[in-house]
Amino acid sequence: MNSFPTTGLFVGGLAAYALGSISGFLFRISPATARRAGCGFGLLGAVLQGISGLAALLGSSVEWSIPCAVPLFAYSFSLGAVSAYFTVALSLLAASVSIYSFGYLAGMEKGVESGRKLGLLTFFYNALLLSLSVVFTASNAFLFLIAWEMTSLAGYALVTFDHKSEESRSAGLLYLIMSHVEAGCLLLGFALIGQHAGSLDFHALRQAGGLLSPPQQACAFLLFFLGFGIKAGVIPVHIWLPAAHPVAPSNVSALLSGIVIKAGIYGMVRVFLEFLGVVPNWMGIAVIVVAVTSAILGVLYALMEHDLKRLLAYHSIENIGIILLGLGAAMMFQTAGYPRLAAFAVIACLFHTLNHAVFKCLLFLGAGSVLHSTHTKNMEELGGLNRRMPWTSLFFLVGAIAISGLPPLNGFVSEWLTYQSLLAGFGAEKGLVGLMFPIAGSLLALTGALAAACFVKAFGITFLALPRSPEAENAQEAPTTMLAGMGILAFACFALGIGASWFLPVFEGITRELVGVSARGDLTLAHGFVISSGTPHGGSVSTAVIALMLLALGAIPAWFLARRFAVRRVGPTWDCGLPGLGPENEYTATAFSKPLRMVFAALYKPRREIQTVFDVSPYFPKSIHFESEIEPTFENRIYKPVQAMVYWISLRMRAIQAGSIHAYLAYIFVTLVILLLFGVRP
Amino acid sequence: MIATVVSIALQLSLVLLLSPLVSGIIKTLKARLQTRRGPGILQPYRELHKLLRKGMVIPESASWIFSAAPIVVFSTAALVSLMIPMISAAAPLSLFGGVLAVVYLLGLGRFFLALGGLDTGTPFGGLGSSREMTISALAEPAMMLAIFTVALSANSTNLSEVAHSAIGQSWRFLAPSQVLAFAALFIVLIAETGRIPVDNPATHLELTMIHEAMILEYSGPYLALIEWGAWIKQLILMTLLINTFYPFGLSTDMGLLNLATGCASYLLKLLFLSALVVLVETTNAKIRLFRVPELLAVAFVLGALALISTFLF
Repeated sequence: MNSFPTTGLFVGGLAAYALGSISGFLFRISPATARRAGCGFGLLGAVLQGISGLAALLGSSVEWSIPCAVPLFAYSFSLGAVSAYFTVALSLLAASVSIYSFGYLAGMEKGVESGRKLGLLTFFYNALLLSLSVVFTASNAFLFLIAWEMTSLAGYALVTFDHKSEESRSAGLLYLIMSHVEAGCLLLGFALIGQHAGSLDFHALRQAGGLLSPPQQACAFLLFFLGFGIKAGVIPVHIWLPAAHPVAPSNVSALLSGIVIKAGIYGMVRVFLEFLGVVPNWMGIAVIVVAVTSAILGVLYALMEHDLKRLLAYHSIENIGIILLGLGAAMMFQTAGYPRLAAFAVIACLFHTLNHAVFKCLLFLGAGSVLHSTHTKNMEELGGLNRRMPWTSLFFLVGAIAISGLPPLNGFVSEWLTYQSLLAGFGAEKGLVGLMFPIAGSLLALTGALAAACFVKAFGITFLALPRSPEAENAQEAPTTMLAGMGILAFACFALGIGASWFLPVFEGITRELVGVSARGDLTLAHGFVISSGTPHGGSVSTAVIALMLLALGAIPAWFLARRFAVRRVGPTWDCGLPGLGPENEYTATAFSKPLRMVFAALYKPRREIQTVFDVSPYFPKSIHFESEIEPTFENRIYKPVQAMVYWISLRMRAIQAGSIHAYLAYIFVTLVILLLFGVRP
Repeated sequence: MIATVVSIALQLSLVLLLSPLVSGIIKTLKARLQTRRGPGILQPYRELHKLLRKGMVIPESASWIFSAAPIVVFSTAALVSLMIPMISAAAPLSLFGGVLAVVYLLGLGRFFLALGGLDTGTPFGGLGSSREMTISALAEPAMMLAIFTVALSANSTNLSEVAHSAIGQSWRFLAPSQVLAFAALFIVLIAETGRIPVDNPATHLELTMIHEAMILEYSGPYLALIEWGAWIKQLILMTLLINTFYPFGLSTDMGLLNLATGCASYLLKLLFLSALVVLVETTNAKIRLFRVPELLAVAFVLGALALISTFLF
């Protein structure tokens, strides 16, 4: 029983989430109690699980199960290295979001109706944490799928929390439909490989890979890729994500985009690297192609958004693409027989998963603070918040730098690792396939630069210069608990970036579990100060030294300026001689992205409409109406036809749906006979 | 340790002193080619001296980002200059950041500069930021492809390793892949340093400005830092181009004679490249903003061809 503390802490964490959930439901008549209990238990659960996850990650893995009468459906858990890693990521996010929610939800207590709903919000919030933590640790496909479905349903309830708005309801419906397509794919996939393994236990499934015939393997791959891909939000099955994530309450959006979509990544890592055995090359190529498409289209669509939360949601699609680049490369290296390179690519993939979770959660919380104090998430109505909400703005800036992959923060390190594994791929893969890697690398560079442009826009328009509306003008800084929640994550961005070379050894157990080798010795140089690409002379970087040198080199001019050049005069901004430079003269988010809208016009198919109203001369307009939109390509080209087809089939099906009980009995009888005939046949 | 500190100090002072000179040389050469007298090659030093003594006017609407941007621009450029080999093949901080760190650190400086442009609240600032981020985003993949070509043939992303490998095969620059990659990177150099045909460094014409629009509100020492940072960045990109493709004379040890040869050949190569830039600037007209993506697409295609030809030859 020497594993008791880890197991106990983990189960204690689950219990805390469950208690948070129940108390939220019980205390729904007293909003203040529901909020305190819900957030408090959420925080407690996160801390307990975080400790147990860290213990399992650094020590040895733990397994246990709850006895069950039906052996196929055992409730067994395993806190192996990979599960522990995802649990730690979940706990970090859950802890900061719970702290944030103390302050964020306090505003909802006042309204009668919203107060009553607050209890339900904490109920579903904790249920989401509980089910997600089971998803990451289940070691039986049956339990995994139950938890998976619970996550989807809790997510649905949270997305449609504001159920009076049409936008929320239709987003929720779309989310629900996509979740069920996804659950269906996973069910079939697990049934397919479970049939060969003779069990649904993950240990047995690991052995099943070798038993699958190539067509079965391909079938399983496609089912899982579609299923997990919908969850992760890869293009083209992403359409629910930018609709659903922004309409949820901001603390929930942070969890949805931060960690819930990572369940898809978790599933892919488990299945593609463990359950499918040695995968043929085309699967890795397929993953890389989808990854590059998601990354580029995700960021391009993000650029066109001026709803702050939708913009962030599109960036999740982009980052899922970057994460999958690592996974695809790992699959190909594994097939080609380079386990060390595969280990390196797995590290790139999983490290970016954690990093994206941290900074995306931070950015959503920042957007939530803005929404909390200005009641708008439309960037065109914001501005000037840097002076009014200095801390929120600082934390958002940290997140923006991190997500743009700029050194020395954490996003840079994982993108660097991704680049290095792609470059290694050129040498490892013979033939034209090798050429795919550097091309993917250069497209990753395009993605990174576009993301930087997008976050210059997001931060610059939202937080800098002059406020564009009275709401932004009168914005107040968020309460301390909200700032504390963001502060933890902003600190994590720095710690994981600058301290990356000391953090990377954590992956030893994970690479051992997934690809069977440890990359520990190759990863760092010079007493852990420098991250190395794993091959001799390959490449190295040290975010710690970069940060130190930036501080030193920046301190010299800063000191110089402070000492000698005290003559600083604040003056009016140059207004071209016209009197008064107001917010209406500022560059807007739409204008900022205009050049890119024109460059990528073939993709966006922009449409605009300008109506000018004038009295005497067209040169002196009384009012101008401007409208611009881009074509939702995927909705129009893929989903509309599918929807039309489903409609058409449903109409035809109505012919047999007479509504008469006799007819239905006949159908059941015929079906039974057919099934029996199938069963009897040898 | 001491050797590293000394080499950092030496290279840093070289960069700080040399970068305004290169800009002065380009300006003067350009003037001579256009049969003007030009301001003389020491003009950038005089400008720095003047700007550093002046007071500053900070726009009312600006926040701390406006003041932080010049410092970030300057320090990132200075740091990057320590990661690339200039006179000796061993760059002082080569181990701590290769070519990816170079590109992303320059990106960090640009990120803050663009924010500084937006922070002023003028339409010019926003216009400049928007254009700068667009052009740099489109230049990035071409730059990476060209760099990957070199990095892959050297099997390393550390610039000192790349230089060492290039010294080993001194005729490699004639290989098709190297020629194509050089051409791609040269276009990127033009775009990134804001030269004709992409941007006109001498213009203050409202609708054609890119870089100048972004920094329109900066004055005094802040402007000096930004200008200096831009000159350092120009020197960095030029050095990257000459020392990875034509590593002749690059010193491989710390012998005095070798360092002197390295220094002389470095200056000579810089002069040649400056002349090439001037030639391109003088013989071309500035193209419309929305033709720039086409130019950068050419650079991307050249980069891709370079990569394919490493594969073929």
